[in-house]
Amino acid sequence: MTAPAGVTAAPPMVDLRGVHKSFGALEVLRGIDLTVRAGEVTVLLGPSGSGKSTLLRAINHLEKVDRGFVQVDGELMGYRRVGNRLHELSERHILRQRTHIGFVFQSFNLFGHLTVLENVVEAPISAQGRPRAEVVGEAEELLGRVGLRDKAGEYPRRLSGGQQQRVAIARALALRPKLVLFDEPTSALDPELVGEVLDVMRDLARSGTTMVVVTHEIGFAREAADTVVFLDGGRIVEQGPPSQVLDAPREERTRAFLSKVLH
Amino acid sequence: MSAAPDTAAVTANSPPAATEDAGERLVVVPSRHPWRWAATVVVAVLLAMAINALVTNPAWDWPTVGQFLFAPSILRAVVLTLQLTVLGIVIGFVLGTVLAVMRLSPNPLLRSVSWTYIWIFRSVPLILQLLFWYNLALLYRAISFGIPFGPGFFSVGTMDLVSPVTAAVLGLALHQAAYAAEVVRSGFLSVDQGQLEAAAALGIPKLRQFRRIQLPQAMRTILPTAGNELIGLVKGTSVVYIMALSELFYQVQVIYTRNGRVIPLLLVAAIWYLVLTTVMSIGQFYIERHYARGALRTVPPTPIQRFRASVRTGFALLRKRVPA
Repeated sequence: MTAPAGVTAAPPMVDLRGVHKSFGALEVLRGIDLTVRAGEVTVLLGPSGSGKSTLLRAINHLEKVDRGFVQVDGELMGYRRVGNRLHELSERHILRQRTHIGFVFQSFNLFGHLTVLENVVEAPISAQGRPRAEVVGEAEELLGRVGLRDKAGEYPRRLSGGQQQRVAIARALALRPKLVLFDEPTSALDPELVGEVLDVMRDLARSGTTMVVVTHEIGFAREAADTVVFLDGGRIVEQGPPSQVLDAPREERTRAFLSKVLH
Repeated sequence: MSAAPDTAAVTANSPPAATEDAGERLVVVPSRHPWRWAATVVVAVLLAMAINALVTNPAWDWPTVGQFLFAPSILRAVVLTLQLTVLGIVIGFVLGTVLAVMRLSPNPLLRSVSWTYIWIFRSVPLILQLLFWYNLALLYRAISFGIPFGPGFFSVGTMDLVSPVTAAVLGLALHQAAYAAEVVRSGFLSVDQGQLEAAAALGIPKLRQFRRIQLPQAMRTILPTAGNELIGLVKGTSVVYIMALSELFYQVQVIYTRNGRVIPLLLVAAIWYLVLTTVMSIGQFYIERHYARGALRTVPPTPIQRFRASVRTGFALLRKRVPA
């Protein structure tokens, strides 16, 4: 594994150590060590079943890990450490930890009975307790940033898939997150709608948002990623800058995967 | 197709007369439906016969119906029927929601208690349950409030606490709760798992998730069935006549045993039940419409909107037919 010549004094934004996770007899993650620095974009690549979505969901504790630990901005996710023991936090605490982490789903998961604006302002108001007036102003600005200011009063079902995913991104950003996680954000979209979502994500990457992205969009990875991580069989096979992992992969499995995806 | 010369394509498919400016001259003739007309005539005749039978047969005794329809004793009975229905449905659904949450909980004791409750209260006929509550004093002479298995602070005679009306409400509500629990549970199950996952990922507090995200979306599934339950209960209240409570059905029986006019008084009750269920169905329509927001691309029009629209199109048609 590459050790990037770091001049960074700040602690990593995301720090995974020895993470294991099984679903029944199936071991999905087999010892993952991963570090994501603040302001960096990390793209997770890998064949389906390689564990990349589970890894992403472990970061914000949507999946509990069996062994190892996850730290976000120096804070242990889901547990409190007392000596050598990890005490599981109450659900209330875990929910509070998640309000610093944005999550964008493959299937958008917008609240269908709420308008676009209500979708965006819901969590900042109810989870962060911020005043409504302030949040609404910020939400309108965010909707403008994803090009949907005029859709604030619409219901999600009246929007295209690409528009829905852009709203979902605005909803995640409304939390003013330290970190935004994307779980195959363009996989449920018609091909001609993928571009508009990737544009928004590129903008975000340029603005210095810390992002971890599971995707099959190699083009996006090449342009926007600082680090590309290739997973297979629940392990990290290879990681490094896109110029290395995508253009000159060292591992045979990476090469095989890329040749399948690119052709 | 596009490579072939256009004229050749047209002549190949259509008669020679239509080759020049085909689209302009062809008129669409709707197909005829003779059987629809025949069915319309048959139903209209049957309808006329039915109305005739209702109006001309003196045995229906419409004057007596009119005389009793708004009699004070009948109106009081309607109010009691309404009270029993409202209390039964409200308490039933509140308790039913608790039971549904218990049944979906990870705690096995809560789950099995809820399951057992639903099993018993759905299995025993309502009329039997009502009689149990009515005769509660035979089982327990007094009810005492205090620390469980410890000393009681005060106790009340069962007869004083559980009046016939209380027994009826209790019986109806507890029976209703078993059905309501399943209705509410099916509503919760119908909410897409992704919605709850998104709410959890956003860190929305648990209670807020339930009230703001889960319940409103579950309502879409709950309401049509709940409306059914409500209408069932309106009529179900007639069962409490066995407790000699003067609700609608009991009251008309009292009157017709006195004056012997059975049919018109049964009609009075039937008309009132119809009125009550109609009002409730209208309410249900508007509540369902409210919760359909966002779920449908366009909400269905209200009857008033539909009426206005049909009047508008009617006028438009007339104007077309009669050129000014």
